[in-house]
Amino acid sequence: MLFSATSSILIVFFIIAFMLSEGWSAINLDFIFGLIWHPKTNEFGILPIIVSTVIVGVGAVFIALVIGIPCAIFLAEFAPNWVRNIIKPSVEMLVGVPSIVLGFFGLMLIVPFIRDNLGGRGECILAGWIILSIMTLPHVISISEDAIRAVPNSYREASLTLGATKWQTVRNITLPNAKSGILASLILGMGNAVGETMAVYMVIGNPNIPWIPTSILDSVRVLTSTIVMEYGYVAWGSQHQHALFAIGVVLFVLVAIINLMARYAIKRGMIER
Amino acid sequence: MTDLSRSEGRIFSDQYRTVQLSESKTVKDDVRMVKDKIDVRNLNLWFTDRHILQDLSLSIKSNSVTAIMGPSGCGKTTFIRAINRMNEIIEGCRTTGEVFLDGVNIYDEKINVFELRKKVGMVHQKPNPFPKSIFDNAAYGLRIHNMVNGKKLEKDVEQALREAALWDEVNDRLKESALRLSGGQQQRLCIARALAVKPEVILFDEPCSALDPTATAKIEGLIQRLKENYTVVIVTHNLQQAARVSDFVAFLYLGRLIEYGRTKDMFINPKNELTERYITGKFG
Repeated sequence: MLFSATSSILIVFFIIAFMLSEGWSAINLDFIFGLIWHPKTNEFGILPIIVSTVIVGVGAVFIALVIGIPCAIFLAEFAPNWVRNIIKPSVEMLVGVPSIVLGFFGLMLIVPFIRDNLGGRGECILAGWIILSIMTLPHVISISEDAIRAVPNSYREASLTLGATKWQTVRNITLPNAKSGILASLILGMGNAVGETMAVYMVIGNPNIPWIPTSILDSVRVLTSTIVMEYGYVAWGSQHQHALFAIGVVLFVLVAIINLMARYAIKRGMIER
Repeated sequence: MTDLSRSEGRIFSDQYRTVQLSESKTVKDDVRMVKDKIDVRNLNLWFTDRHILQDLSLSIKSNSVTAIMGPSGCGKTTFIRAINRMNEIIEGCRTTGEVFLDGVNIYDEKINVFELRKKVGMVHQKPNPFPKSIFDNAAYGLRIHNMVNGKKLEKDVEQALREAALWDEVNDRLKESALRLSGGQQQRLCIARALAVKPEVILFDEPCSALDPTATAKIEGLIQRLKENYTVVIVTHNLQQAARVSDFVAFLYLGRLIEYGRTKDMFINPKNELTERYITGKFG
């Protein structure tokens, strides 16, 4: 029992210890803030990769917000039961689509579409945004919808009996009360987007020399895709290998910070209520 | 019974004054002379296939307190929610019949339901202030309807809080969260919130069931004063409360109106056997 209870703590602990022991020697200011990533000349600066990761993550969550929040409001407040019974399961099915399938879909459909209509290689930030927003959308929708539904019905009734319209009630009462839950859904979506590997890897291009993007049609590298593409040929015990582990550490810290933020947002919402 | 006999005289005198206010001088049957505010005719209501209200007809007098009594599940709450059309927010609700408010059928399709709900305010069973400041709670309806703003808004909020006998307790902390108030204060805030939009009718759905005796007494006193300016309909489980605050009583049983009349008549001399059994506590 004790072992089962503590196993997850132990596993997390061992992962952290392992990552740090392998990657610690590569982490320094030049690593975090260096602009050039060129393993052949032992230059390991990941700033362009961090910037790209943040841009891809934020953009994807933004798209998920623009589509997902109205969808959640519609499902929770306006949709009749039979409509909800159709939309909700389909949204949840989106969670079950394996990321490699989504990546394949992106590579075969979205990338050529961008290449033909907008120019560039097609494998770019925009393609990453679209694929990642599809992946984060179901989480954003279902968590936000739960948050909206959790607003006590007595508040809605009070507003309606004062002669407010449905929409006034949503705007003035329901959404302000659900905002911490909605915020948490976006932050968790961000964590997902930043940590996602395969689908992103397939559609964002991964240039040999990563740079800080200037256009949404630029090919970029993110933290996860860098590890995936270089781990296969890295020399055992080389500085390059340590640098890849260090990228893992950075990713781990980034996602952990994002999750802590989400946790804080949820907690604050509880206290307010 | 002491409660009852005490309230008797007051009900009678109140009734008498209301009658004298209205034009007639040769008053024989004072009930008939008081103006009808709400006239319910053949009201039927279904939730999906359950027939909740069955052919209700009654008229509610202006500037009076009408208590709706009856055992649990008899449709009391549904009945008052039919007066501000709040039942229709529930899926599967169907209504037939007419409810006239000042001679206008509120179930007419030309009626703006939001204006109707402004005219017919409601106070719920459990105090349900918004998790906002005291001021914002009282100002909510005024803001929603764009009725006033600026200095006038502050004045109207103050007036509503005074009318609900809450102003003296909260005037120095209007910015504080309404959730910090006690249950009774929260309920009076909900009353102020309803009064702020200047309704004509106020519906109370068991307003004291979640309150202690002191808070209950305050609300009951308030209801007595409110009828000077408003028409009050109150759902109550509590027979003593009905006797204390109401001028008229309607007794519902299983969705039907069993008896309706002046409170003192009904409590002293119920015409229907069911009513008698209910008010003597044989069932309930």
